[in-house]
Amino acid sequence: MSEELLRLENLSIDYKVKEGYLSAVKDVNFSINKGEIFAVVGESGCGKSTVAHSIMNLLPGGNETITGKVIFKGRDLREVTEKEMEKIRGKEIGMIFQNPLDSLNPVYTVGSQVAEAIELDKVDKTEAWNRVVELFKDVKMPDAEERAKSFPHELSGGMRQRVMIAMMISRNPELLIADEPTTALDVTIEAQILAIIKALKEQFNTAVMLITHNFGLVAEVADKIGVMYAGEMVETGDVFEIFKNPVHPYTRLLMAALPRKTKNEGRLQTIEGNVPRITEKKPGCRFANRCPYATEKCKTEDPPMVMVGEDHMVRCHEIGKEEK
Amino acid sequence: MIVVSFLVFSLMYMMPGDPIDMVVDRKVSQEKKAEIAHEMGYDQPFLTQYVNWVDDTIHGDFGTSTRYKTDVWGLMKERIPYSLQLCGWSLIVELIIALPLGLLCAMKKDSFFDRFTVNFSLFLTAVPGFWLGALFIIIFAVELGWLPISGYAGPEYFVLPIATCVLTGMGGTLRITKSEVLDVINEKYVTTAYAKGLPKRTVMIKHVLRNSLILVTTLVFMSIPWLISGAVIIEKVFGLPGMGNLLLNSITVQDMPVVQAVLLLIAILTVLCNLASDLIMGVLDPRIRLSMAGGDN
Repeated sequence: MSEELLRLENLSIDYKVKEGYLSAVKDVNFSINKGEIFAVVGESGCGKSTVAHSIMNLLPGGNETITGKVIFKGRDLREVTEKEMEKIRGKEIGMIFQNPLDSLNPVYTVGSQVAEAIELDKVDKTEAWNRVVELFKDVKMPDAEERAKSFPHELSGGMRQRVMIAMMISRNPELLIADEPTTALDVTIEAQILAIIKALKEQFNTAVMLITHNFGLVAEVADKIGVMYAGEMVETGDVFEIFKNPVHPYTRLLMAALPRKTKNEGRLQTIEGNVPRITEKKPGCRFANRCPYATEKCKTEDPPMVMVGEDHMVRCHEIGKEEK
Repeated sequence: MIVVSFLVFSLMYMMPGDPIDMVVDRKVSQEKKAEIAHEMGYDQPFLTQYVNWVDDTIHGDFGTSTRYKTDVWGLMKERIPYSLQLCGWSLIVELIIALPLGLLCAMKKDSFFDRFTVNFSLFLTAVPGFWLGALFIIIFAVELGWLPISGYAGPEYFVLPIATCVLTGMGGTLRITKSEVLDVINEKYVTTAYAKGLPKRTVMIKHVLRNSLILVTTLVFMSIPWLISGAVIIEKVFGLPGMGNLLLNSITVQDMPVVQAVLLLIAILTVLCNLASDLIMGVLDPRIRLSMAGGDN
């Protein structure tokens, strides 16, 4: 198998809030190999973005406590200094944000903002600019040379997202974190952006951590999936395996809630209840209040991560029993 | 402009007291007074006086000072450099101190440094300029003897007035900078800047400060008239031979042509500053440049 690039070990993130603290992420474990696309799927607010930002050490605020390890190429990123982190950001790990509309500085031309990143590698200005134009062509920007001289407000959302991608791949990072890169874009642009990400993986062997709540997108590009629920990673595994054989009740319900191709099936299926807001340290499965299979044990004991197949892990009491 | 000129003129007209009394001696007869008033045009109806004044002013003639008996423009010309230097240097020093302090306060939000600086500058803003000026004179000029008390005979005479102007004016700029920086720091593009690997210093200066300056510059330019009005008092306190001193002295002796000319000049400056702030905003913010050019995508 290919080499491991990033591994998260028991990553937990708590925010201090009025009622005490809010457990945004709890005991998340997963790993991404070189050249692999790992998709993180989950509802809004389940902690996907928080995990992504914490890898880059870019969480805003300062009222959060993070425990666990983020091991990137054998080094724990939680331990490195801010100075070393600056060298890793952009150079080894790139990150694309959810909303391209306000992710670019409005007062500089888009080309100069990309060039700024390239120049960090001691490249002179003209050469950097040529690279920018090339990159813009790589991300299929129409009229690359002219567009590089435009200001962000002169470009459409799709073009701005291309600029973001160009910026983040400009220094050939080994890992690209794409935090819902297509959520703010329309479907045709979405397909093009995905094609770019896929091409990137094939061309440069870049690993991608793709955060999304769109299962269709996952099926399209991902190699592995991690399903998150209320801050916990409830199921991880190979994309085909999970689509064919979803094990965790939440994953199953998610799959069932997907719109089908056939018409006249009536209402879309939904999952009853709401995502809980976890503000107290209390053992128990976080999905228990909505889970159709929940037992007393689910409400009082933390479910362990159970191996149900090769590279297929599930956090559930009931499933573990069945297998045994 | 027209409104301002009219207001200035009518205010002076309505002021109690007769300007002629200030020109001539008490013993002069009523007939003689009337003669002088006629000579100076003060016996004409209000509107006629106003139109005459506007007509003269537009043609570059600010009239003759009733006190100095000389050309008003000549009087102002001598004094303008002092006022310009005082205001200009105060503004520059204020920016040099307030901008970095504002940035630092925002970066170290809620630290002791931040609280101390903000509260202290707030305190200084609340203190009247003439009081602080008088205090400085007592401490630095009278007690310590480091700097001259008042008047003007060299650059060292500027130190205390500028310090007073800067300290009383700094608070506003500092707080605006701080709040703007705090706003910008939470923008997504700042996260982007970090994500592409820029060091904190570069992010702070190139992205955060640069974007904060759009609003700060505008507000600073719009505050220049405040600075000027503050400087009027400060000039008086320190006996600087500038426009402010001239204005205050002329008001006390009802030297109408001078007061009108000075006030008009300040009004013009205010309008020009507002215009300049709009233009500068256009230079700093490409989004506004676009709408000024009349285009839209």
